[in-house]
Amino acid sequence: MATNQSRAIGKLALAPSLIVLSAWAFVPLALTIYFAFLRYNLQDPDNTSWFGLSNFYYFLNDPYFVKDFINTILLVGSTIILTITGGVGLAILLDQPFWGRGIVRLLMISPFFIMPTVSSLVWKNLIMHPVFGLFAGIQRFFGSTEPIDWFGHYPLISVIIIVTWQWLPYATLILLTAMQSLDGEQKDAAAMDGAPPLSYFRYIVLPHLSRPITVVILIETIFLLNIFAEIKVTSVGGFAGNLTYLVFSQLNDANDVGAAAAGGIIAVILANIVSYFLVRIVGKNLEG
Amino acid sequence: MGTIQLKKVRKAFGESIIIPGADLDIKHGEFIVFVGPSGCGKSTLLRMIAGLEDLTSGEILIDGKDCSDAAPASRGLSMVFQSYALYPHMSVRNNIAFGLKMAGETPEQIAPKVAKAAETLNLTEYLDRKPGQLSGGQRQRVAIGRAIVRNPSGFLFDEPLSNLDAALRVNMRIFIMQLHKDLGATMVYVTHDQVEAMTMADRIVVLNRGNIEQVGSPLELYNKPNSKFVAGFIGSPKMNFIEGSIAAKHKAKTIGVRPEHIDIVSGKGEWQGKILLTEHLGSDSFLHIDAGDAGRFVVRAPGEFAGKPGDSISLKPDAARIHKFDAQDLSIR
Repeated sequence: MATNQSRAIGKLALAPSLIVLSAWAFVPLALTIYFAFLRYNLQDPDNTSWFGLSNFYYFLNDPYFVKDFINTILLVGSTIILTITGGVGLAILLDQPFWGRGIVRLLMISPFFIMPTVSSLVWKNLIMHPVFGLFAGIQRFFGSTEPIDWFGHYPLISVIIIVTWQWLPYATLILLTAMQSLDGEQKDAAAMDGAPPLSYFRYIVLPHLSRPITVVILIETIFLLNIFAEIKVTSVGGFAGNLTYLVFSQLNDANDVGAAAAGGIIAVILANIVSYFLVRIVGKNLEG
Repeated sequence: MGTIQLKKVRKAFGESIIIPGADLDIKHGEFIVFVGPSGCGKSTLLRMIAGLEDLTSGEILIDGKDCSDAAPASRGLSMVFQSYALYPHMSVRNNIAFGLKMAGETPEQIAPKVAKAAETLNLTEYLDRKPGQLSGGQRQRVAIGRAIVRNPSGFLFDEPLSNLDAALRVNMRIFIMQLHKDLGATMVYVTHDQVEAMTMADRIVVLNRGNIEQVGSPLELYNKPNSKFVAGFIGSPKMNFIEGSIAAKHKAKTIGVRPEHIDIVSGKGEWQGKILLTEHLGSDSFLHIDAGDAGRFVVRAPGEFAGKPGDSISLKPDAARIHKFDAQDLSIR
């Protein structure tokens, strides 16, 4: 349908937004790359000079780098595992007919709408606080005199709990819609074939959910690599920081613009490596 | 063995009654067709026999055993679904084998059975494909393969041909009839298509709003319908119904004459009319006629009939083939 003329007009019409969008993406990236090669500390801004690859060298050799890299992997990995298993279970439950299902479904989604900073504050001060927290109250109710200091003793697990709470609704929502698209006659056919509930889940439901599960893994990985508010607000960055937090602390605590920029570049490269493999795996799964 | 008995089988969803109470005896090896307009409860009745719907009350006996509360797989019946209901992520082989696998058979026991079913159904070269890579007719054959591999005492078909195109539907119809002859198993077949019912059934069960209107062989229903509903449902084109003074002459509320039981006569017939429309099928021509007092109806004429719309025509119904119905729409005999 498109003639050469209409195509040219189309390109012309798209040009302004394309230019703005690429400038939007390109300028910060270009600046970051530029800063990454500079010796540039805000405590000594006059003494700015070319620094070669030293920023990268120092970032990679930072005592926190390996620890925060492992934290990142642990945070992303365990949150994905927990949200997928929890999401599959909840999706099956919410797919059953019961009284008030509509309201429960609506409530189920709500954690996803709460800002990470707000929910982190609530978790920190109202739920996991060793003195005023709900968990501590429950422990005292059962006779414990020394409630767990979650953020003090289990900082990474605490962050994982908060992030899982936030992302479980997303996984549930995607998997629930997938459950609803499962053909009812297939369930009947499985019943005629004599498949007990567990086999029905294993051979019919789980394969049906494999695509939405890969989509959830992909989307969650992209977002969970960048978790920041939960770590910053609960002040566990020193123990459970991830790469995003390390970049932040280079800039905020050390005032080192160059090292922070180099860390940002490294994080981008790592994220690209991860997403390259993920997209390949997911793509393979989506074709089949 | 494969006898199925329904005793006062009743189904209600809350206030709405789907099946008020059905009694039916299906003999071993019979081909039974449930037919009726959509929403008449025929699929619900079939699903109740399969065990996919609970009974509100009543009993279902399969091979003389009360199966009213038995699990679907333990009833010894197989079902073919309208949408085929194949498992999309499994190969054809695994689709056919799934029921056997669930029954705890070993791969060594399963393989020859699957191979035999695939051969019967011409599916051998497609065994490693997924259902998504098959045509509609092939999918239907896989669904039948899944049903026959378990060697059931009875087959249940839920409108299995309604998703196929016309040519394929005729082929599959003959294929299923052949299968019935070869296996000798009881088959219960649900359709809304009266042609399928007439051509395939040993006995037809006509359902109307959940009630069994009549049970009988195709020709019984054609020649001696119990009610105006059965008379109108069986036969194509539909029976012509005439009310008013013409029906009163026969001492009936309504009389019915099939299009093939009205002769076109030269000179003065019983009814005079004007041709409105002609449908030429080659072998037959169907004339839509406006006959004044008698109303509008359809007459079957020979294929080479030369009359054109607007022509006058004289008609004479076959007196012995006039069906009479009373005010309750029941047949007067």
